[in-house]
Amino acid sequence: MTNMPTLTPIPPVPRIMPAQGLLLTRRGIEGVMVGSVTDDAGDAPLKETALRTRHERLGARMVPFAGWLMPVQYSGILDEHRAVRSAAGLFDLGHMGQVRVSGPDALAFLQYVTTNDVAKLEPGDAQYSLLPNEQGGVIDDVIVYRWPDEPGYFVVVNAANHDKDLAWLRRQRMDRNDLDVSVEDVSPELGMIAIQGPNAETIVATLTTTDLGAIGAFQWQRGEVAGIPVMIARTGYTGEDGFEFYAPQARTADLWDALLRAGLPFGLAPVGLGARDTLRLEARMPLYGNELADDISPLEAGLGWAVKLDKGPFIGRDRIAAIKDAGPLRRTVGFQLTERAGSARHGYPVQVNGRDVGVVTSGAHSPTLGSEIGLALIDSAAAGVDRPLNVIIRGRPVQARQVKLPFYRRARA
Amino acid sequence: MASPTDRRYTKTHEWVALDGDVATIGITDFAQSELGDITYLELPEVGDAIALNQAFGIVESVKAANDIFSPVDGEVIERNDDAIDAPEAINASPFDQAWLVRVRVGDPAQLDALMDAEAYDAFATSAAH
Repeated sequence: MTNMPTLTPIPPVPRIMPAQGLLLTRRGIEGVMVGSVTDDAGDAPLKETALRTRHERLGARMVPFAGWLMPVQYSGILDEHRAVRSAAGLFDLGHMGQVRVSGPDALAFLQYVTTNDVAKLEPGDAQYSLLPNEQGGVIDDVIVYRWPDEPGYFVVVNAANHDKDLAWLRRQRMDRNDLDVSVEDVSPELGMIAIQGPNAETIVATLTTTDLGAIGAFQWQRGEVAGIPVMIARTGYTGEDGFEFYAPQARTADLWDALLRAGLPFGLAPVGLGARDTLRLEARMPLYGNELADDISPLEAGLGWAVKLDKGPFIGRDRIAAIKDAGPLRRTVGFQLTERAGSARHGYPVQVNGRDVGVVTSGAHSPTLGSEIGLALIDSAAAGVDRPLNVIIRGRPVQARQVKLPFYRRARA
Repeated sequence: MASPTDRRYTKTHEWVALDGDVATIGITDFAQSELGDITYLELPEVGDAIALNQAFGIVESVKAANDIFSPVDGEVIERNDDAIDAPEAINASPFDQAWLVRVRVGDPAQLDALMDAEAYDAFATSAAH
């Protein structure tokens, strides 16, 4: 156990953590600088969400993640994972970024910088989408929300890509000076909390007069929860029903406290980044830096459903269309290890008959299935449900079988 | 949790208890706590030789895979197959039920270089911060 003395629980995607050298301030409920806690990548202080002291009081293990100090686990990853599948889990997502896109040409601008068809969104609708680059790769995956009660849109981006996305969107806005649009980072004003799991709606219903049943999957509404003005979105990253709340930064801790208290009789547990990763993997939701990257096509990532080539011109469209016509050379497949050898992990090579065919993008012990699962980006010629693969674990080829995705799908009421 | 005083400890968070020339080896409570939920354990076969400061096994948690290092030179005479079948036992009982291997040691004096419980607990506390 050589690396134990310095072992920090590994956050889901340490490899893609960009250097956050420009972040000189941190916000937190105390609003103080804590210079001793720094990112792995350098000596810039880590940013904190409004909930740091809550996490510490709940016994969380805090780790650096994408420039933020975040809870990786509370009671334990397996416990937390099971709580979300069987009852409900509460997540601090204060590290995620939010961008307001407004102005008369907001729709035209978003159509140009994303892959999905924003014109399909009615007021109060949301959609999963991608920010493509000019080479047909992916800058980030995002959720685009159309405001229910005012013009314009709200785009939620990954913490690890926040700065990159903003710089990219601002550059595109300047390139498209024919469009009257504003791009505003509203992340500093907002906290973000998710409640996910079969009991999520029951718990939230005790704190609001909003008709939650009227908010369908991938919709949102303005409302009050525990007397706090929030946006209530039926979105998430776990494969369960549930909500994501956007709340004023100053009220986020109150919202967390109210939800945790209301959830107590319903098995609600706080959940860290560790279980967030295993939950999303079972539900086959991509993680930027693993399944998605600047040099991976959405088609290779299996996200062609979020790319609408016929919606009109957008960045990278022709490159993606060319890949579609030719057929992608690589595909993202799901697999399950069929012999016991530990976990397949990000970056492990994948072979067929001793020949390299690709790489594991995400892999983990699946708490729900009790088996070792993973996603791999492999040569299309090797892809196919039930076909064998070998994952190279510590130098040894370990047998795996390709399986249907997702690994887990919740039973719907 | 104070570590048991009847054994010695490594800086890589293994424990070793000597009975005659048989050493029982495991990982510490601090180690299991840092690793989190343990999902996989790989150990040598009975009859295999293991060497001082060399990796002899693998322990994986949901978070990470880690080598387990030997505090002695010796030959494996018994291994804990129950712990291989149910590695979560290491989380529950790292010092007792979830011992890993028993080894016949050539030189029991190799333990003299290791920490006692008090020194180890101080070491682990500082490693945690």
